[in-house]
Amino acid sequence: MSILLHHRARFAAVSSRASVIVPLLRVIWRRPSGAIGLCICAVHALLALLGGFIVPYDPLAQDPTAVLAAPSFAHPFGTDHLGRDVLSRTIVGGQTAMAVTGIAAILAVLWGGSVGILAAMRGGLADEAIMRLVDAVGALPYLLFLLLLAAFVGDSVVALIPALALFYGVAIVRVTRAAALSVYSTDFVQAAIVRGEPVGRVLRQEILPNVLDVILVDGALRWSWMILGFSALSFLGFGVAPPTPDWGLMIAETRHVLAIAPWAALWPCVALATFIVGFNLLIDTAGKLIGVDHEARGQR
Amino acid sequence: MLANLLTRTLSGFVTLVVVLVIVFFALEALPGDACTAYLERDARDALLAACRERFGLDEPVPARFSSWAMALASGDLGTSILRDRPVGDILWPRFRNTALLAGVAAAMAVPIALVFGTLAALRQDGVFDIAASTVVLVAMTVPEFVIATVLVFIFAIWLQWAPAVVTVSAGAPVGDLIGAIALPAAVLTTTLVAHAMRVHRATVVEYLAFEFVEAARLRGLPKWRIVLFDVLPAALPPTLSVTAVSLAGVLGGVVIIERVFNYPGLGTLALQAILERDLPVLQGAVAVFAVTYVLLAITADLLTELLDPRTRRGTS
Repeated sequence: MSILLHHRARFAAVSSRASVIVPLLRVIWRRPSGAIGLCICAVHALLALLGGFIVPYDPLAQDPTAVLAAPSFAHPFGTDHLGRDVLSRTIVGGQTAMAVTGIAAILAVLWGGSVGILAAMRGGLADEAIMRLVDAVGALPYLLFLLLLAAFVGDSVVALIPALALFYGVAIVRVTRAAALSVYSTDFVQAAIVRGEPVGRVLRQEILPNVLDVILVDGALRWSWMILGFSALSFLGFGVAPPTPDWGLMIAETRHVLAIAPWAALWPCVALATFIVGFNLLIDTAGKLIGVDHEARGQR
Repeated sequence: MLANLLTRTLSGFVTLVVVLVIVFFALEALPGDACTAYLERDARDALLAACRERFGLDEPVPARFSSWAMALASGDLGTSILRDRPVGDILWPRFRNTALLAGVAAAMAVPIALVFGTLAALRQDGVFDIAASTVVLVAMTVPEFVIATVLVFIFAIWLQWAPAVVTVSAGAPVGDLIGAIALPAAVLTTTLVAHAMRVHRATVVEYLAFEFVEAARLRGLPKWRIVLFDVLPAALPPTLSVTAVSLAGVLGGVVIIERVFNYPGLGTLALQAILERDLPVLQGAVAVFAVTYVLLAITADLLTELLDPRTRRGTS
């Protein structure tokens, strides 16, 4: 354990971010699961970034002459119930979810990470109260909480950002607290406290570098689950408003024509599923390589 | 063990209270109330005021919170504002339906997870193991509504083996529900199997490396006997307790699974209650969800202690 911590401390402190990521990607590439995850993520990242430039049709353009058209040379993925090109809509269908949840994930990591570290350092009653709140949030079906928050913020997708950050940050509090607690009790942190170093300095110099990788890996996984939650909200009609192309919403809109035009709902299913699986493969491999273990926490 | 049970129950109770308080104030913060939802937009001020007075919505928030909490403490869940029926009467059949769904899923998931998890562990990193862990990863990460859509396409539309939506009413006898339950139960089973199987595989791998397995092998016992009579009983408690915990976690997905299949359970009821701002019904549903979660967590703990001979000997 101490060897691992020492290694992690060196890992984070000596090298800058960029010089860590490139060798890490190289190691990930050598593992089959990492390579597959990396490829899927690369394709999805490219499609999401270039989406608007490479779509064959306007994702919103309706073609009344080609409603529910089967996949063909003109429309490789077919068209939906309004005659919109499914390929174009699928290509850009992840953008809103990724952007909204991306900002929310950064906010969640910031507040969840800070509260988690502070709870571990303070201990006592404040810590106990925070953990009871965290437990309570975990005891409810996650979707009910999301729906309450979504109903609260109304029809605005932008207003969902703080709501998502608030909810998903709760799980980060738990993970960060656990990691910070194990670092806090180590000799080098206790030595720094005994030396009389100010709390802020202990936090920044001793604790943060040693829990940063845990927080980042967890934050990345949280982001993918946020995308799931956001898609579920869109699917239920609480997230993205039509006619914006969004995977969850596309599946909801075209589910009723599944029997006659399965391509309209199945392609967004494929897009969402491959993205989530690929991203989780990548992050799991990265987490195992850095020595961050999440076998114990498979919950959403 | 009794002391442990008591602390678990107490902390579970605290969790429950916190959940109920959060939901009360969350719903309070929502724009609109049951009367605006009930009377819709064309309600005039006098009508709204009369409605609010009738259901006590005109009282200040703290007063309503305390009267609601007092009623709950005496076992009264209140009356649904929109349905004008006691919440208990509405909740009970819904709870039965969701429990049926979850029970069927758990009953199918545990044997599947035990068999496939053991097989995967016996040939670690073999073809079957890799295939199984891929399926587990997909089942654990892909959202329920995507799995549901794909299963509907395969089994309801393509093969036409099962109906795509449940058209049974909430109070229907269990026999009617069983026929319609196949697809929603299959979706729930898929996620449950994934969680349970991953843990079971890891546990069996861990136990296979123990010395008692080596000793049994040296005594000349066949491998199937060692696995069946030595390793499996030892690996069972962690698997079962994780299944209980993930059943609690997977209940989160029940809301969307029920919605997709129009299944008359607690999840669809809670969803409706949020849309209608029907606080008593939502609070009741939330309380049932939270109690179930706490009970499953305690059950998981007890299972571990009861099935593990080491802890049993230590306490008696």
